[in-house]
Amino acid sequence: MSAISSQHSTNATAPYLVHGKPLYRRVLPRPEVVLSLGLVLIVVLSTLFVPHYLRPNANYTFSTLLLNATPILFLLLPETLIIATGDIDLSVSSVLGLSSAVFGLIYQAGTPIWLAAALAVVVGGGVGVINGVLVTIVGLPSLAVTIGTLALFRGIAVGILGTTSVTNFPPPLTRFFSGSVPGTPIPWQILFWFLPVMAFAVLLHFTPFGRGIFAIGRSSEMAAFSGVNVTRTRLILFILSGLVSGLVGVFFTLQYSNAIGSNGNGVELQVVTAIVLGGVSIWGGRGTLFGAIVGGLFIASFSKSLQVLGVSDDAIYVITGVALIISVVTASISKHISSRRRGTASPLQAGGD
Amino acid sequence: MTLQKAPTPRTAATTTVPVRSVVERLFRARELSLLVIIIAFIAVTTAVQPSYLLSAGGWRDLLRGPAMLVVVSIGEAIVILTRNIDLSVGSILGLTTYLCGDLMHATSLPILVIVLIGLAFGAALGLVNGLLVAFLDVPSLVITLGTQYAYRGIAVLWIGGNFIRPEWVPGSFKHFGLSQILTIPWLFVVGLVVMLVSGWFLSSRRGGRDLYALGSNPDAAVLYGLRTRQLTLVPFMISGLLSGLGGIMYLSIFATGDSKVGIGYEFQAIAAAVVGGVAITGGSGRVWGVALGGFFLATLGTALPVLNVPSLWQQAIVGLLIVAAITLDRAFFIVRQRQARKAVSE
Repeated sequence: MSAISSQHSTNATAPYLVHGKPLYRRVLPRPEVVLSLGLVLIVVLSTLFVPHYLRPNANYTFSTLLLNATPILFLLLPETLIIATGDIDLSVSSVLGLSSAVFGLIYQAGTPIWLAAALAVVVGGGVGVINGVLVTIVGLPSLAVTIGTLALFRGIAVGILGTTSVTNFPPPLTRFFSGSVPGTPIPWQILFWFLPVMAFAVLLHFTPFGRGIFAIGRSSEMAAFSGVNVTRTRLILFILSGLVSGLVGVFFTLQYSNAIGSNGNGVELQVVTAIVLGGVSIWGGRGTLFGAIVGGLFIASFSKSLQVLGVSDDAIYVITGVALIISVVTASISKHISSRRRGTASPLQAGGD
Repeated sequence: MTLQKAPTPRTAATTTVPVRSVVERLFRARELSLLVIIIAFIAVTTAVQPSYLLSAGGWRDLLRGPAMLVVVSIGEAIVILTRNIDLSVGSILGLTTYLCGDLMHATSLPILVIVLIGLAFGAALGLVNGLLVAFLDVPSLVITLGTQYAYRGIAVLWIGGNFIRPEWVPGSFKHFGLSQILTIPWLFVVGLVVMLVSGWFLSSRRGGRDLYALGSNPDAAVLYGLRTRQLTLVPFMISGLLSGLGGIMYLSIFATGDSKVGIGYEFQAIAAAVVGGVAITGGSGRVWGVALGGFFLATLGTALPVLNVPSLWQQAIVGLLIVAAITLDRAFFIVRQRQARKAVSE
């Protein structure tokens, strides 16, 4: 979009960018902007109207809100990039569980905790390689592969731990991972989270690699012809997804002080929901990391408000589902309207000139 | 490639399709290999514990247990054939189970009417999916992910901590879940009928072939003049209907149920379809394979504990089966493509 307009401006030799529409009409309809406004609205309304939202201990409300959303906020970073290429990785939650189980078992065997954590992350990266190779080199559809590995990795996680769980993690560590920066509602984990956020945002939006990701999402053949190494890009993304899921497995285990095979069960659908809600196209080629993150925060804050309101926790299912459907339906309808309007408007314009 | 070949008059008609070896053809017939695996599997399990097959209860459970998964996965497979996916089958199944249980408790309607209401309810939920996907051009993965949440949420809000008590369910209905005809459980017959009707329709009726045409190339289907919206919509209704039927079967087997019935069932249904030879990219696969795939996955669950494999490993084995099935398909596809190319160049 900006590339086209800047080109236009050089043609017109105007000193500033020339746009067809005023700024507010270009920015406001973007899904991530609408969602951000919705997010702000929810927090403000909840603060004003929901009893006890801030009163007893404001830090507590916000920190639990963020802490519960932390695994999703981590996992959506690589998943957004994968969805932007038009692939999907449904196995993230199972990799989380596998990493958690491996971490617990290795730690229980008497290995130093940092080594156990490192090995768990390596296992995450390793299973990411398996996903990536099956999708890129063998050439299987990512949906089918990751539905398979969703069951496979979860099954291994449940299998190796059996019915047991590991809970004797060092208390200082578990306190750290479930705690907040003193005096603020910001969990330590969220501080950690900003590092990968920066890294993934730069990677997606400010590097040739990131441009390649969007190009693959629009058309992988076209991307290949314009010099993007499609296989390598997709493979790297699946490995990154595995590594991040492995890392989240360790964090999750320490946060709840419990290594069990079922850790993070079903999170993959919440991650995809957050990303699609944030305006990333499931077909690939369109979307922003910012939108995906706002999507994750939106779901988290909404469910927290409902929880504090005393509405059954389960109402969030309906709201998440309906919000997801509304977001794709409105996107589809607005695209339809704008394409129709453009179709009728352009000949008129041409006639006017 | 076709463009390069165009000037020469040698077209596909003159190139001979390579004759496949018997072994390869056997392997490619997914149904046959699945059948052999299932029989071998049951044989081994029976050798370890004879009562697994050779007792009245064992025989009944072997045939009755998988029927539910078979029915639901056939619906799922029909959706996948058209290059879509239905992630809401588990939620539809759960909601229908409770609706029927509640109707049996709260009203005095005849069971047959309640069953018909349940089927219509499932189909209506499927219709919502179908309308959204077909008329708004939005990806089915996202829509059915949304309705999966929405339907489950409705179930949870409606049911809460309540559950269907066994005494709500009339004895005759429970009896239907247990009873047999000529030593074959009625529920197995239900699954068989669903398989035969849908298999016949898909393989030999115009409407069925149109579904394959749409799935293998949607653009070509439009150019050919097929009613693609209708062809997209109907499979979702069928899938909803069969999920509803699955819910009714659940009720007749277990005579109980809460708001959690059917959670995660969509993955099992997709797994059965994929193991049964349905390509996730649409346009290929047969109902017989899906039925055997569902039968195999469900049998696995009951046989593994007998074979001293902890049931904890069941999920891992299912995952491995899915990955192996799609990888094998891909390998055969590449081999066939290579042979065809060789035949063209010769």
